[in-house]
Amino acid sequence: MTATDQLTADGRLRHLLTLQGLPREVLLQILDAAAGFLSVGEPETRKLPLLKGKTVFNLFFESSTRTRTTFEIAAKRLSADVISLNVATSSQSKGETVLDTVQNLEAMDADLFVVRHAASGAAHFIARHVRPHIAVVNAGDGRHAHPTQGLLDMFTIRQFKGDFAPLAVAIVGDVLHSRVARSEIHALRTLGVRDIRVIAPRTLLPAGVEELGVRVCHDMNAGLPGVDVVMMLRLQNERMKGSLLPSAGEYFKNYGLTPEKLALAAPDAIVMHPGPMNRGVEIDSAVADGPQAVILPQVTFGIAVRMAVMDLLVGGAA
Amino acid sequence: MKLLVRGGRVIDPASGYDHVADVCIAAGRIAAIGEVPSDFGPQRVIDATGLVVAPGLVDLAARLREPGLEHRATLESEMQAAAAGGVTALAIPPDTDPPLDEPGLVEMLKFRARNLPGPRVYPVGALTLGLQGTRITEMSELTEAGCLAFSQADAPLTDTQVLMRAMQYASTFGYPVWLRPQDPHLARNGIAHEGATAGALGLVGIPVVAETLAIGAIVQLMRATGARVHLCRLSSAAGLALVRAAKAEGLPLTCDVAAHHLHLTDAELVRFDSQAHVVPPLRSETDRRALVAGLADGSIDAVCSDHAPHDDEAKEVPFGESEPGASGVELLLPLTLGWAQEAGLGLPAALAAVTSRPAAVLGLGLGRLVEGAPADLCIFDAQGRWTVARESLRSQGRNSPFLGREVSGRVRYTVIDGHLDFEATAG
Repeated sequence: MTATDQLTADGRLRHLLTLQGLPREVLLQILDAAAGFLSVGEPETRKLPLLKGKTVFNLFFESSTRTRTTFEIAAKRLSADVISLNVATSSQSKGETVLDTVQNLEAMDADLFVVRHAASGAAHFIARHVRPHIAVVNAGDGRHAHPTQGLLDMFTIRQFKGDFAPLAVAIVGDVLHSRVARSEIHALRTLGVRDIRVIAPRTLLPAGVEELGVRVCHDMNAGLPGVDVVMMLRLQNERMKGSLLPSAGEYFKNYGLTPEKLALAAPDAIVMHPGPMNRGVEIDSAVADGPQAVILPQVTFGIAVRMAVMDLLVGGAA
Repeated sequence: MKLLVRGGRVIDPASGYDHVADVCIAAGRIAAIGEVPSDFGPQRVIDATGLVVAPGLVDLAARLREPGLEHRATLESEMQAAAAGGVTALAIPPDTDPPLDEPGLVEMLKFRARNLPGPRVYPVGALTLGLQGTRITEMSELTEAGCLAFSQADAPLTDTQVLMRAMQYASTFGYPVWLRPQDPHLARNGIAHEGATAGALGLVGIPVVAETLAIGAIVQLMRATGARVHLCRLSSAAGLALVRAAKAEGLPLTCDVAAHHLHLTDAELVRFDSQAHVVPPLRSETDRRALVAGLADGSIDAVCSDHAPHDDEAKEVPFGESEPGASGVELLLPLTLGWAQEAGLGLPAALAAVTSRPAAVLGLGLGRLVEGAPADLCIFDAQGRWTVARESLRSQGRNSPFLGREVSGRVRYTVIDGHLDFEATAG
């Protein structure tokens, strides 16, 4: 199974590629460690020496600003040397293969690769080919997985809701194309959430999604009542140009999160979004900026979670 | 050259003949089975004690990569690989570079192959120019050059008017049309069987309905045009059901399955192993079992290797960016024996699926082990176990989803047209 690619024989984390099959203890270990790093944002403790002398390469074969930036900040707060490469616009266009790029960077004494790639499975592929001392963090591979996003979402839920087991969680939107949704579902299941609902039209759901352990709804009015957490997904503009959806307007009418629809959820429900948001497409501004939204805390927690992951993989204690 | 194959278990799958006997070969033909004429005087005697002596394997799809794709494999390397796999005749899909759409290309290919040791090669001509799906090829000229059927290989044919006319034109002259049934629109960008595995892995799916829709259209076009059709690489239970119905109706339809589809499912994909990236995609366990049964009951006419050798670079990339296909011509025998074991069939029935049955699809007098037949033989150790490894393959393509697996069935000698073209080294 996929998990074996990222765990050592004795169950320690060797790479972070997916949350599928990641043991509960490892997941909690990361969340606990992240809690400890949360205060590192304060000016007097802004830098820790845990990754001093280590070199982190942010290897982005697909462009991203937010994720790359938070990985950069996380590595810098741990005192690592960080190099960010937008490979999408450099060597790849010159015909260099992924493997060539990786091997070149290995020769520059890398310790950790943070990889984003448009192909599902790309991080697994790279992890299988790196030298034994190098760790790989998947920062998003195609539609497959975005484990640090999944972890920071779990961290956010724990901060605001505490215990996972009694929660009802709804994931709304483009599950088909979403690596975030897949990672969230695996993590929620591992942490014991029994009531996971996905809400989307049939065109935006992958085949066999029920087998991930979720209940499928096609209607917000059926899926939202009583939920404690609403996890919105980003709908990319290109999805509205083909045959998946007729228009942004009709999507918003059916699946956009408005204050009225949010009122169906539990009164203290939180609203999450991995960003960047399309206001007026998947979420109404009144909700995005409202008291139940925890979208900005997610970003802050993301840095702490990524620090925890990097420290676990290549930190002094590793 | 006179050869005597002594003391082997001689099997002629088509007739059910299955006895320990001697086989005399002279002038490229089977001269005698059983009694060795007293004046035979062979130049070479092969001791086949404990081995099976069968007709040479007939493979309905093996890419030899020439012309144009020599970085992947060469005629020489792949013909040697085929001989080492016991394959004595093979059909070449037209997806070379350029595609086999001109008589000169076909003549050159046949000429080059004739001058190399190894199997008889039968090019399948391109159905449309450049496999572009717009203009039909000079099918009569190509037939004269040596093509025995016409195909789009794995290239899409989106224009159904072109498909209908190509079938009409081919049927005018009685040329068979070989089609891999897959609706090009439903398969667009797809790289894996659409199901829970691809869903969880975030791989773009090719639904089963892409196959059934195409078979439905082909069957209706057969009724309308009278064309003879061979369906290449069935992959689903639902597709097989449509084939059974069309055959029951009496339509001139045959079909094959790739050997890897009899053994593997989309479960191979969980580690994003690009070796398991094949077309059509590996499907569910239900589909696999249906294919195993369909080949056993004759609904599927033959098993082929769908041999597609690649250079390492084609597979040393993330799954979705890898080239589809597996090197398989050397695994055709062991994978067929493995299938027969699962289906509870004996050796004669097992061998029929790779000898007489595919030979019947080709319409050539091959795949038989009887007096007077062409002397194409595969002599193998049915119990010989070996592990598939890069070093154990003679094909230039070392791309196989079976690397590291142990299989049964080891070819010891291959005789083609009366010549001993392959002899395994001891051990």
